[in-house]
Amino acid sequence: MTTKIEINRVSAWFGKHRAIKNISLNVPEKTVTAIIGPSGCGKSTLIRCINRMHETIPGTRTEGEILVDGTNVLKQDPVGLRRRVGMIFQKPNAFPTMSIYENVVAGLRLNGVRDRAKLEEVAVQSLRKAALWEEVKDQLHKSGTGLSGGQQQRLCIARALAVNPEVLLMDEPCSALDPISTARIEDLIHELRSTYTVVVVTHNMQQAARVSDQTAFMYLGELIECGETKRIFTNPQEKRTEDYITGRFG
Amino acid sequence: MNHWRRKGMNILVIGLCSAAALIALVPLILIFVHLISKGFGSLNLAFFTDLPRPVGEPGGGMANAILGSCVLIGIASLIGFPIGIFGGMYLSEFGKTKFGDTVRFSADMLSGTPSIVIGIFVYALIVLRTKNFSALAGGVALGIMMVPTIMRTTETMLDLVPRMLREGALALGIPYWKTLLAVVFKTARSGIVTGALLAIARVAGETAPLLFTALGNQFWSTSLNEPIAALPLQIFQYASSPFEVWQEQAWAGALVLIGLVFILNVTARIAFRRKG
Repeated sequence: MTTKIEINRVSAWFGKHRAIKNISLNVPEKTVTAIIGPSGCGKSTLIRCINRMHETIPGTRTEGEILVDGTNVLKQDPVGLRRRVGMIFQKPNAFPTMSIYENVVAGLRLNGVRDRAKLEEVAVQSLRKAALWEEVKDQLHKSGTGLSGGQQQRLCIARALAVNPEVLLMDEPCSALDPISTARIEDLIHELRSTYTVVVVTHNMQQAARVSDQTAFMYLGELIECGETKRIFTNPQEKRTEDYITGRFG
Repeated sequence: MNHWRRKGMNILVIGLCSAAALIALVPLILIFVHLISKGFGSLNLAFFTDLPRPVGEPGGGMANAILGSCVLIGIASLIGFPIGIFGGMYLSEFGKTKFGDTVRFSADMLSGTPSIVIGIFVYALIVLRTKNFSALAGGVALGIMMVPTIMRTTETMLDLVPRMLREGALALGIPYWKTLLAVVFKTARSGIVTGALLAIARVAGETAPLLFTALGNQFWSTSLNEPIAALPLQIFQYASSPFEVWQEQAWAGALVLIGLVFILNVTARIAFRRKG
């Protein structure tokens, strides 16, 4: 399997606080990697470094090397990078001033695509891929924020897919959703794996076990252990991993 | 025992709040009723289409003053909107610094400055240099008064836009400036427009800063370099005159002024209402 993302000795700071310490991790292409760990262990910060959202917060800093397809993203133009590396956030963040349709094509439109036929085609495709098309096809011009939480999250996924990324970073995409919506998003993650490389942060261990091929366990800013999901959950090598997944802390 | 006390306190507090809210409404209602009863009688088509006439001649209107007020507000908006809105964007985006605090403090000072002081300032700045009273000077004075209101409401409204919307846009590979305009600004737009309208409403009735800038004019004038009439000036002049006809027209003028502000507010609210 080819490596899509290679993280080498990455550290990230908020002011003086070092949120992640010297992390190295490889993400193979077209797989799902789950990052688990207790709150505040730096898992969100780690994936926010990959598309350089981390540095949009004032006073932050990143060190090390993150290669996507062999080029160091920390030395790249972040705007171009983010078109290849999409992101889904913890809470659905559909744009409230835009309709469902406008939300989906926002990434293209605001980057200058004017061709209506093309926009419509991409909108339909993206909504289909995000398993939302059937539910919204008759109300494309209604406000995106009128949808339920789970639908909004799938709308955000459709919006991210519309710019045709290669990588999808998901930052606890289900933590604000009910169990049924969560199940739908998890199914979706399964399907997305055939086309995209997915990195999903979660503090729900069952979720990690269900959706991922590879699991990384982080604790206090460090990467404790990383390996095939089945192995991590059945035969962890590290004591701390075992303690965490068996619910002894966290 | 406790139960009754709690209930009693509830009723008391709700009662106090409702009473205060009602009392706050009273002056506005009284002003409206009073203006309508005093001014409505002198309102007719001629009031909107004719020039003022000398005392003794019947009829006449304030058409030039209505137009003049519109011209002055137009000039003021051309100055106040861009400076206020872009300044507010700066404060919200980059202004969490010492320099930003200074700007914020100055804006608050400026909005607390008595309007007559701004009038004198513009008098010295423009009227004395160009050696004549002018619509331009009046517009500049009103524009200066609009800046701090618009700037601070713009900042507040932009600060209210959740960070996650901005992140959502940036994460799509949308450039920063476009994120700012197409997502952040657009989300806050209705609030910003409301702030701008309040600023207009506030300066539309200002008289003091116009006294020695726009001066007033009994005739038609649309030239920016000549004195221009304005509703508040006309009202001031007519209301303090000894002639009953003029005093009645002053009431009508006041009614029109309030009406204009009211219409402006309502239309903008409808036009910028959030799409449901």
